[in-house]
Amino acid sequence: MPDQLIYAIEVFLNGLMAGVLYALVALGFVLIYKASGIFNYAQGVMALFAAMTLVGVMEGQIPFAHLINAILGTEIHHFGWHLPALLGILLTMIVMIILAWLVQRIIFKHLVGQEPIILFMATIGLAYFMEGLGDMMWGANIKKLDVGLPQGINLWIDETTYNIFDYGFFIDNLDIVASIIAAILVGVLVMFAQYTKEGRAMRAVADDHQAALSVGVSLNFIWIMVWSVAGFVALVAGIMWGTKSGVQFSLSLIALKALPVLMLGGFTSIPGAIIGGLIIGVGEKLFEFLVGPLIGGATENWFAYVLALLLLVFRPQGLFGEKIIERV
Amino acid sequence: MNTDDGYITEDGRKIGGVVMEMKNITLRFGGVTAIQDITFDIREGEIRAIIGPNGAGKSSMLNVVSGFYVPQEGEVFFRGEKRPPLKPFEVARQGIARTFQNIALFEGMSVLDNVMTGRLTQMNSGFISQALWRGKAEREEIENREICERVIDFLEIQPIRKTPVSRLPYGLKKRVELARALASEPKLLLLDEPMAGMNVEEKEDMSRFILDVNDEFGTTIALIEHDMGVVMDLSDRVVVMDYGKKIGDGTPSDIRNNQAVIDAYLGVSHD
Amino acid sequence: MFYREAGDFSTTYREDSQTFPIKFDRYRYYAVLVFAFAVVPFIINDYWLNAIFLPFLIYSIAAIGLNILTGYCGQVSLGTGGFMAVGAYAVYKLMTAFPDINIIVHVILAGGVTALVGVIFGLPSLRIKGFYLAVATLAAQFFLVWLFNRVPWFYNYSASGQITSPEREFFGVTLTGATSEPWAVYLLCLVFATVSALIARNLTRGAMGRRWMAIRDMDIAAEIIGVNPLSAKLSAFAISSFFVGVSGALFFAVYLGAVEVGEVFGINKSFLVLFMIIIGGLGSIFGSFAGAAFLVLLPVLLKNVLVGGFGWPTDLAAHLEFMIVGGLIVVFLIAEPHGIAQLWRVAKEKLRLWPFPH
Repeated sequence: MPDQLIYAIEVFLNGLMAGVLYALVALGFVLIYKASGIFNYAQGVMALFAAMTLVGVMEGQIPFAHLINAILGTEIHHFGWHLPALLGILLTMIVMIILAWLVQRIIFKHLVGQEPIILFMATIGLAYFMEGLGDMMWGANIKKLDVGLPQGINLWIDETTYNIFDYGFFIDNLDIVASIIAAILVGVLVMFAQYTKEGRAMRAVADDHQAALSVGVSLNFIWIMVWSVAGFVALVAGIMWGTKSGVQFSLSLIALKALPVLMLGGFTSIPGAIIGGLIIGVGEKLFEFLVGPLIGGATENWFAYVLALLLLVFRPQGLFGEKIIERV
Repeated sequence: MNTDDGYITEDGRKIGGVVMEMKNITLRFGGVTAIQDITFDIREGEIRAIIGPNGAGKSSMLNVVSGFYVPQEGEVFFRGEKRPPLKPFEVARQGIARTFQNIALFEGMSVLDNVMTGRLTQMNSGFISQALWRGKAEREEIENREICERVIDFLEIQPIRKTPVSRLPYGLKKRVELARALASEPKLLLLDEPMAGMNVEEKEDMSRFILDVNDEFGTTIALIEHDMGVVMDLSDRVVVMDYGKKIGDGTPSDIRNNQAVIDAYLGVSHD
Repeated sequence: MFYREAGDFSTTYREDSQTFPIKFDRYRYYAVLVFAFAVVPFIINDYWLNAIFLPFLIYSIAAIGLNILTGYCGQVSLGTGGFMAVGAYAVYKLMTAFPDINIIVHVILAGGVTALVGVIFGLPSLRIKGFYLAVATLAAQFFLVWLFNRVPWFYNYSASGQITSPEREFFGVTLTGATSEPWAVYLLCLVFATVSALIARNLTRGAMGRRWMAIRDMDIAAEIIGVNPLSAKLSAFAISSFFVGVSGALFFAVYLGAVEVGEVFGINKSFLVLFMIIIGGLGSIFGSFAGAAFLVLLPVLLKNVLVGGFGWPTDLAAHLEFMIVGGLIVVFLIAEPHGIAQLWRVAKEKLRLWPFPH
């Protein structure tokens, strides 16, 4: 087999893995959008905040330490304990649920029935607020996250492919684990949305807030539930990305990357988010591999958006979205 | 094309030749046939009602008349000429204006601005002139303002001319929509359920306005309406639709006594 | 009691459609203009110029541009940063290629170039709506930043990848670089801001503005009454991008002097201008200025109070700024979606009745 093709296969596989992680973030978006018609720009920041909280909790950081020190002149930083990963995750999850409740009560309860673009801008405001809050609580420096997930090159794949192709594929263990976790999460979420009473209520709310209210669906409960689930998805995504590249600001930019994923897959389709993520993941990496060197590299910055843009021009509802029929 | 000289109505008004003719119109949306092989005409100066049960395809018919929907089969003749498929914004330039079943006003603007949008097809000063607010742009603005103010006077909505439309009650919104349609000085006015959601007084006012428009400006009017009293009083001729087909076409008295129409729609009064 | 309109009648449509029909408003407006043009140049210094007046004036122009596109025409754009970059790089190439031509001409031409680019990236708006469009504008944002980073022709093959503003003067007064005169730079930007506001005001109160607003409020109905959606949307993109391009050109040429495109014109710039028009008021020229003023003054205020006054470290102040801005966006969207401009209008209404309650 020609060398270029072998490299291409490796790039393709890595692209699939990246795609799975994109899909994971996109899932959080789809959930909230399905339930509330809100496109939650803050999803990426939520992932960052979740990861930061996890690290902070595990390492016994004192929240707002920097602020307290500045006001009171003290020098405190840590409580002095270290928590195991599972306990940390549990505590972080509780924080995310409280956050969901607060966001619901303070913001979205007051924006019932508003146009989507207003809701979207509110989530941008929320994203900025949470970013400032996260930085203020836990400090803005880059942090290392280790919850015990396997990392580093998968030796079995390396050896096997070397024996077959004379070239060892570099596939990270972390990516494999992430894919499996993401697949399980997706399966659970799809079943939840389709087959449970709460899932149905969620879909009703996504269609029409007022109508759902009139048939007795508690908007508040559904929204808190959905934002909590999105918070959980954000936490998982935050853990994956954070383990891979450290917990830092750039984590929140994945939110931006999820946008073209959603545009491809449609905003309301869970399988669409997955497939969209895979397409973008593979597409990005292959494009950079094949065309990147010719035009200066770093095409991953914009390829996903241009691809999604082109697709939208021909099919405004995405690959899986519902066709919007406007009547007058 | 045969455009004869028209006829005289029961109360002595003269109705002109055919201004709009729909021939064998069939309209489908995917698998649904909304209109099936319908032929009728509208004459100049008359008030033509389109009635029928819900879902009969009346609004779709109105959209075909205005040119917003292009039928899969059949032809439309406007003023004697076959009308080619038009883009929606080209339709307005023909001199056809309409109001909508669910109000389609511009909620971010005032009443006056909404009415002024009815004049947009007539306003074509250049960019520079507009940017500097001199010359043609300013003159156009004032001329069209005068026309709109006349319409506002005619419909008695002067006190609310600067009010944002979003604050108005339903009945007034309908009147503003009519004003916007009239501002374009149309030859053919299409009204989609102009009386919907109104009480008796409001209906009387609206009926008076519709008659005045037809009387003073000679505007041809086609309207969809469910209130039979209004239809019988206002219209010169009526088309009845049911399940996308035409089941009656004639004067109000003809329709009142048409068995098919009675069965499908009017019903019989039981004393 | 002093803000009255009794006795102040408009007897012609011409009078009624002025920008400031009430005499009191008009005189206040003239007073502000006099102060801005005749008083400030004499009292301005480098600090005030660079910390407050320049960013305020320049961002106001960008805000006016984005307001036309998003506030008046309803097309949400997250590409403002990228378009400002187009203006900056256009003016750079023009200034370096034609050093003898006046900088004012170059800035206007740069605006024109940006308008063309805006039309191209605006074409998808004919098929895509709402925040699908917003996401599509992100394509413009990221692609443009990448383009100016990677294609060396744009930065004249310099080793650093940065662009620097060459020295320019106007009738003997230096306008760019370290030796520029504060009052001259200020007046230059003030003139651009004032003219932009006047043009925008004229366009938005006439037929063009009504076409834009009709598309924003209900594009299908707008089409049916005769608005050509293609020309309305593309004209909004073109004119909006012109102003944004002028703003970007000035931002680079006379304010920063040197620019690295990723830092200066990244997505955060797009959000900043968007926040300005949300807080200031969508669909309002005054709101564009109000929002720009607010978001320029806030960090300055915070820094002076928190860092200078309370001794906080600067990064804490920055975090608090994020929280305040984000929080305010949410507050304004909930409580007053029409922004400061609406608050101002309501305040004036109350003032007209003062001292009577109603």
